[in-house]
Amino acid sequence: MIRKLTLAAVLAVSATTAFAQVEAEIEDYDFSFEGPFGAFDQNQLQRGLQIYTESCAACHGLSQVSFRNLSDKGGPALPEEQMRAYAKEFEVYDQSLDDGMGDFRPATPADKFPGSSNSEIPDLSLMAKARAGFHGPYGTGLNQLFKGMGGPEYIASLVAGFEEPPECAPEDFSGNYNIAFPSGGYPEECISEDGEYLVPGSWIAMGQPLYGEDFDFSDGSPNDLKSEAEDVAAFLTWTAEPKLMARKQAGLTGVLFLSVLSVLLYLTNKRLWAPHKRKKED
Amino acid sequence: MSGIPHDHYEPKSNLTKGIESRLPIISLLHTTLTAPTPKNLNWMWIWGIVLAFALVLQIVTGIVLAMHYTPQVDMAFQSVERIMRDVNGGMMIRYFHMNGASLFFFAVYVHIFRGLYYGSYKAPREITWIIGMLIYLLMMSAGFMGYVLPWGQMSFHGTAVITGLFGAIPFVGETLQTWILGAGAVGQPALNRFFSLHYLLPFIIAGLVIVHIWAFHHTGNNNPTGVEVRRGSVDEAKKDTLPFWPYFVIKDLFALAVILTIFMAVVGFMPNYLGDPVNYVPANPLVTPAHIVPEWYFLPFYAILRAFTADVWIVQIVNFISFGIIDAKFFGVIAMFGAIIVMALAPWLDTSSVRSGRFRPMFKWWFALLVLDFVVLLWVGARPTSFPYDWIALIASAYWFAYFLIILPLLGVIEKPLTPPATIEDDFNAHYGPKDGGTAATKAE
Repeated sequence: MIRKLTLAAVLAVSATTAFAQVEAEIEDYDFSFEGPFGAFDQNQLQRGLQIYTESCAACHGLSQVSFRNLSDKGGPALPEEQMRAYAKEFEVYDQSLDDGMGDFRPATPADKFPGSSNSEIPDLSLMAKARAGFHGPYGTGLNQLFKGMGGPEYIASLVAGFEEPPECAPEDFSGNYNIAFPSGGYPEECISEDGEYLVPGSWIAMGQPLYGEDFDFSDGSPNDLKSEAEDVAAFLTWTAEPKLMARKQAGLTGVLFLSVLSVLLYLTNKRLWAPHKRKKED
Repeated sequence: MSGIPHDHYEPKSNLTKGIESRLPIISLLHTTLTAPTPKNLNWMWIWGIVLAFALVLQIVTGIVLAMHYTPQVDMAFQSVERIMRDVNGGMMIRYFHMNGASLFFFAVYVHIFRGLYYGSYKAPREITWIIGMLIYLLMMSAGFMGYVLPWGQMSFHGTAVITGLFGAIPFVGETLQTWILGAGAVGQPALNRFFSLHYLLPFIIAGLVIVHIWAFHHTGNNNPTGVEVRRGSVDEAKKDTLPFWPYFVIKDLFALAVILTIFMAVVGFMPNYLGDPVNYVPANPLVTPAHIVPEWYFLPFYAILRAFTADVWIVQIVNFISFGIIDAKFFGVIAMFGAIIVMALAPWLDTSSVRSGRFRPMFKWWFALLVLDFVVLLWVGARPTSFPYDWIALIASAYWFAYFLIILPLLGVIEKPLTPPATIEDDFNAHYGPKDGGTAATKAE
């Protein structure tokens, strides 16, 4: 009864609500790691690493991730030699070199990825957890719960969300129009007299990073824009949650054991109480 | 334990006699485990065990986390990430602790609403109720301070907002706020002391929990009928009760296992669902998040805090008659703490002669509305303050106060309660009783 009432109340409210805020268009991607049985696709993570290295890394850092993590199980799982060779491509600053004056040297597996090239540019390590895809409708979080829409969807939608600016915007408006970006600049010309935002998304400082067919993947995977966006989003999900697969494994084991324990305790409890309840009393 | 007559422990061997004469610890354990418990308790009486478990879980995981955490503004976020990435088992321990807070608050809310429905706060259990409210207040401070520690964006700006509430108190506010933060703004001193207090408070909670249990063991548990256990003799009491061990221990453990199954699924499959994503961005004093929203378990009271804005007439009247001392901000703070105080005063505001809501036909509906009200407040607390949310928040906040200050006192006078069963035994037999008992054998209660 109470649940019914709640639902009715929420619907009544939502019917009369006019939203005066930016609507971002987040697409619901089907990632391999969604759901209790979901797992990272190792090849996809490697493709994502390639995209990150050749495109994002020009500006964005990945400062929480160590190079050695690239060889971890449940991640891109690069062979160790390949990971060591990859690390050497990066230069890190080492205070101990040059008699304590500090100098640059090639990175080792124990080093972390460099940070962003300047403080205005966000580090990408945790981006997949630091952004919500769409916690709706009406702040109830149901979409996130049932469709699994979260940070990865946001990243993929953002990367693939660059479009021609709408006609309402002045030509010299700064930034690049992106239908998935909720918190950037927004020209007044695109806001109606009632304060309604006429076009989805907003203007982001970042230029369009991918156009589709930017890479030729050695595993022959599709390289259209959406596939590339999906790959890099999957990779950044791994950087944000490198132990995702171990966690789901633990979750499954735990749920299984606790379910069995629940059943056993249920039967114990039933039997324990039976003499005091009618059924066994005759 | 003097309340309900029961069998006492008699030491038999020389060893136990020797121990008992020096420290009556065996009889303490014996009395606790054999505590005569009303045999008609339903599934709403399992939340105490869940809460006890949650407290232990938080303390154990928290102690381990503290071994790896660094309460320093430049390192706190990093040290949490290190726990998540490089500490063995750290990722699971941290997620247990994070979601353990949600389990704790979920259980405490059900526990509180159970008490409100079945009149568990009424005489002679007022002290149990008041101690429970103190525990709840301490839980809120511990939860708040714990949320500061990862030093993410929401940690930082949430702290600024919440400590700012103290700053709203007239005359002493600013000094008080500075004293709490240890500085003029949120920074190193605040992080360090909140870490210290976050470690301390759970042990004070544990102490109060013992007093809470002591108090209700003295009065005996309430039960769904609100009828007291008969105390004429041990035999009479035994007709209404069963010993805590094994009957209620096993029942509670079963319920706990079911709840932990769900908890494990949340931790394993969606550990960040209940948290704010923005807290995975390191704290930056220069960038304020678009929406500052506390964790879900604070939202109902956060909604009350925000509901009373300067354009509400009651705020304007209070502002006028207090010569401007109580402005909208301070009014909101009073309302938020007042919402908890009126709940704590429930034993004296409820005038009904009948304890359990089961036998109060009008009360039932007002109570259902209160539960709905709580859910609405929880939801609206995370919404923007614009129309229509401002109105929803205001109406919902008003109902919260109306329930305790107007409806509870009035209902006792105008409502005609039904007649509860004469004894707990009667109630139990009506559901499960001997062969010729009632027909409601399948009912879950």
